[in-house]
Amino acid sequence: MAEATVANKTIKLVIKRQDRPDSQPYDETFEIPYRANMNVISALMEIQRNPQKQDGQKTSPVCWESNCLEEVCGACSMNINGKPRQACTALVDKLEQPIRLEPMKTFPVVRDLVINRERMFNALKRVKAWIPIDGTYDLGPGPRMAETKRQWAYELSKCMTCGVCLEACPNVNDRNSFIGPAAISQVRLFNAHPTGEMNKEERLETLMEDGGIEGCGNSQNCVRACPKGIPLTTSIAAINKDTTKQMFKKWLGM
Amino acid sequence: MKGNSYYSRKIHSLLGVIPLSLFIVQHGVSNFQAVDGGPEGFQRAVEFLNSLPFVPVLELFGIFLPLLFHGVYGLYIAYQSNNNLGQFSYGRNWAFTLQRVSGVITFIFVFWHVYQTRFQVFIGNTTHGELGSTMHDIANNPLFFALYTIGVIAAVFHFANGMWAFLVSWGITVGPRAQRISSYVWMVVFVLVSAMFLASLVAFRGDEFKEAAAVLDIVRTI
Repeated sequence: MAEATVANKTIKLVIKRQDRPDSQPYDETFEIPYRANMNVISALMEIQRNPQKQDGQKTSPVCWESNCLEEVCGACSMNINGKPRQACTALVDKLEQPIRLEPMKTFPVVRDLVINRERMFNALKRVKAWIPIDGTYDLGPGPRMAETKRQWAYELSKCMTCGVCLEACPNVNDRNSFIGPAAISQVRLFNAHPTGEMNKEERLETLMEDGGIEGCGNSQNCVRACPKGIPLTTSIAAINKDTTKQMFKKWLGM
Repeated sequence: MKGNSYYSRKIHSLLGVIPLSLFIVQHGVSNFQAVDGGPEGFQRAVEFLNSLPFVPVLELFGIFLPLLFHGVYGLYIAYQSNNNLGQFSYGRNWAFTLQRVSGVITFIFVFWHVYQTRFQVFIGNTTHGELGSTMHDIANNPLFFALYTIGVIAAVFHFANGMWAFLVSWGITVGPRAQRISSYVWMVVFVLVSAMFLASLVAFRGDEFKEAAAVLDIVRTI
């Protein structure tokens, strides 16, 4: 083995596994050799190299998703010791053992820790989280954005659609059609952009329908859970203000 | 739910403030006359309310129907929510869950309380003038007193925390600082209004409310 292995020191993981989208989940315990500076991804890679349970029995390797390994892509979100976060920045040295890994329960499980975050991408489509500039001729440069505005808007643009805020939200569930905090914050981002602002009402209207912004119950878990520190509750309140204004404007025919 | 849930939710939220929050504060203030002025003070407060124009209209459209909509739609909102306090035991998440729990308690409590008081007046078992002694009997029943204490605290919490949430949902308190200060203000309101209700509940236990009823009995027999 590599020199980094510390003799006799091991890491214990309890992983919630599921073979198929429609099959029953079950727990499996793994004990793997410790190396310095491990994160949950490298622990999963270790299991992949030697898919053997704690009792020595062979098993199938655990499936997970990951890409960037630097907390900017959002692919490796999972519940680690009960809290939703990215596996790549979950350092083993800072975690209580046994480390419990579970897929985020808000999303349909594909297999083991792999989930389907399609609802989030559908939400972005629904609120039109983009700036429409495509056309048949050159529209020229858009209006300038104030530097002070760019600075806070940049914070909102850090959203990586990881799904942690939806997992933390008590109102994102099967009985509720709430769109979730992430898409609402994106509406604020694109409405803040000087060109995006031109389609502001269109985006607000999408949140003034079933499953729109009214699903927020102000538990404010999202802002505490967001790995990128995005001020989600401020975004929600700001969009609450804009949708309220939009509602009165529409009624008064302004 | 039929129709656009955005508007249902907005109506639910608005009715919580106008008229329901105004009503609960008014109710607290009139009850407090029992502490301030004894049976006579409470009697004056009841008479004042009954002297308002269009009392039956105010009761129906100002209290009963808004309460019914807010209550029934509120139960639906509570049904739509998960409780994840085990995973996220933050203060605001507690308030979120307690808002739903207190809402359900208040819903049940208000129906029971209306049955014991206003409904008894409606079916002729008692009169507005004798409500002081009705409350005296309720407050002196240990079980009722305990249930009323729970009901009152739940209702006032739901009102105060609901006001906090209203200010967020209509985009009045946007930033974290505004929301934090608002939460301090409404928690002070919660303590003050609860204290007012509980003080009047204790005041109703006093013998003078029984005597007031006895005097009324004599008047009636004559």
